[in-house]
Amino acid sequence: MDIKDMDSNLKKTDWDLVIKPKTGFFDLHLEDIWHYRDLLILFVKRDFVAQYKQTILGPLWNIIQPIFTTIMFLLVFGKIANIPTDGIKPILFYMSGITIWNYFSSCFSNTSTTFVTNANIFGKVYFPRLVLPLSVVISNIFRFFIQFGLLLVMMIYYQVKGEYPIHFGFSWLLIPVLVVIMGGIGLGLGIIISSLTTKYRDFTVLVGFGVQLLMYATPVAYPLSYLMGKSYKWIVMINPLSPITEAFRYALFGVGAFSPATLGYSALFMVVSLSVGVFMFSRIERSFMDTV
Amino acid sequence: MTNAVIKVENISKQYRLGQVGTGTLSHDINRLWHRIRKKEDPYLKIGEENDRTAGGESPYVWALQDISFDVEKGEVLGIIGRNGAGKSTLLKILSRTTTPTKGNIKLKGRVASLLEVGTGFHPDLSGRDNVFLNGAILGMTKPEIKRKFDEIVSFAGVERYVDTPVKRYSSGMYVRLAFAVAAHLEPEILIVDEVLAVGDMEFQKKCLGKMQDVSEKEGRTILFVSHNMGAIKSLCTKGMLLEKGRLSFVGETNAAINKYLRAGLVESKGYYKNPSPRLESDILEIKVLGKDSNISERFAFDEEIRIVFRLKVSQKHFDALLGFRVRDQLERNVFTSQVPINKFVSRAGEHEIQVTIPSSILVPNRYEIVVGFHKVNVETIQFLEAPVQFVIEETGTDFFQYAGNDYGCVFVDCDWQ
Repeated sequence: MDIKDMDSNLKKTDWDLVIKPKTGFFDLHLEDIWHYRDLLILFVKRDFVAQYKQTILGPLWNIIQPIFTTIMFLLVFGKIANIPTDGIKPILFYMSGITIWNYFSSCFSNTSTTFVTNANIFGKVYFPRLVLPLSVVISNIFRFFIQFGLLLVMMIYYQVKGEYPIHFGFSWLLIPVLVVIMGGIGLGLGIIISSLTTKYRDFTVLVGFGVQLLMYATPVAYPLSYLMGKSYKWIVMINPLSPITEAFRYALFGVGAFSPATLGYSALFMVVSLSVGVFMFSRIERSFMDTV
Repeated sequence: MTNAVIKVENISKQYRLGQVGTGTLSHDINRLWHRIRKKEDPYLKIGEENDRTAGGESPYVWALQDISFDVEKGEVLGIIGRNGAGKSTLLKILSRTTTPTKGNIKLKGRVASLLEVGTGFHPDLSGRDNVFLNGAILGMTKPEIKRKFDEIVSFAGVERYVDTPVKRYSSGMYVRLAFAVAAHLEPEILIVDEVLAVGDMEFQKKCLGKMQDVSEKEGRTILFVSHNMGAIKSLCTKGMLLEKGRLSFVGETNAAINKYLRAGLVESKGYYKNPSPRLESDILEIKVLGKDSNISERFAFDEEIRIVFRLKVSQKHFDALLGFRVRDQLERNVFTSQVPINKFVSRAGEHEIQVTIPSSILVPNRYEIVVGFHKVNVETIQFLEAPVQFVIEETGTDFFQYAGNDYGCVFVDCDWQ
């Protein structure tokens, strides 16, 4: 037998795939996601196309929602509660907060139901499950940019009117970083919750009102500076979303209470929640069909 | 050197029955505690065989137990078994939608599973979009789908509707398009579960043809689960029978089918007694008798079969007919025979009528009879679906070497010259 024969013999015992009851802790198959990148893109496309099928206003709904929420905030927090807005034009203040918050909350709540809502697909065919939550985050990035566009239009409007000049500078480069951190935290927490919900549905209930409560613990409708000297300020300070919201306003308007350290805390939180999430997710995804 | 592309080694799968609730949490904690101490999972020891009718003690059942088999390249393996035998669980494990509890499976080549057609179809998207989405879910790349797009659409016969949302499709069109995508996959191993149960006859034939093409011409391996013995017979090169989660047979297709049919039937019985006869006329008893005049259910090929009917007849039913039909295990009617009872009956009361089926006609198989006692187009006095059954054993017919093959229902001693 020559070497070539031996080679082909060796090859014959090479299995492409081994299905085992449990895999090692670091058996994540993240490279699989790359093979399924077409699917990822198609899921994003499906999200967009399907969401506004048979609606008259179509993607305009992406803009209508923040407009109305802004008006509501303007009334409740601005006029009734009289909370200051750090010297930023109130309408821009609220709209910027809502834009970044919407992005987080939809990343988080849509990924947190990954397993439960897609159980029928997951039960029938294999593909890396992480593709679905990733596609959710990507389509939310697009939605974020649509709403961000609306915000820019408003900013230009007030610039033209001469009421509030646009503050344009290097700080704008911070925005993509913030989008990544915000999306990362949303994805990380979302897949942690989705892994837990496969067996115990309690977490779905928790997410429902948890997101609402979390918004009040994030400086969306009020500036962080408003809490100076208040005893409950720590609640907002430990919230990793606070520095991102503040930094987002800082990038746009040059006002905001954040420091590299607090933003670093957010970034660290993202890394931790993403790693925990991916580990949990990949352990659950292989057998969740039995418990979901 | 074997050429196995699938190697299944001691696969077992345990399921927990009942609701997921607080009880589950305590089991989970107990399991975790055992794992921390590096002890075996305590709940793996207590599982029971999966028998749905008998109420079990334990909430854990084994859907599959110690299944091992190999599949070679190009083979078409038909998996049969009754509902709940573990067929679908096995396919699910093979297609990686769930994991085994124990054991492992080794696979060579790309696997595509068709546990359902149209997985991920979105009703609001057009046929075109859905072909791409479904193809990608099944593991095809975009260029691959593009290349085959026209072929897929024409196979499904929906050219006119490609840009219409699939929710507007007729259910037949929907299924055809979905199957067409799947049929154009190019995996080395294809796993198919009962998808042929949908669609009209013409399309089913097309699907079977396509699958046959795939395995024969392209040398791909197919695992096929179906309750349609005809499809299994015509497609598969090898059969596997699962019974209550255990592998009961793997080998020649026809042998597997026969074993399945035999196991599926109730124990044959050569005697029937009417539990509640009607007042006027009725069938009271049916006996199948062998040559020693004892009730029997197994007969040699060259043995006569006597069937004795004990009847109760009232005056107004003297002109009734008594008939029976012999049916084989594939529910094919073999023949029917009848007699006007006034040939034997001239007074009211109980009577015995006997019929003899000549020997050397029914081929070795399992048969049941259907009995009717009626006045044609006027009244059905009694109709019994399979009250008695009997088996003709292979005792050296001309066809013994074809045992297990379907060579007909009756033996005809033709005159060859």
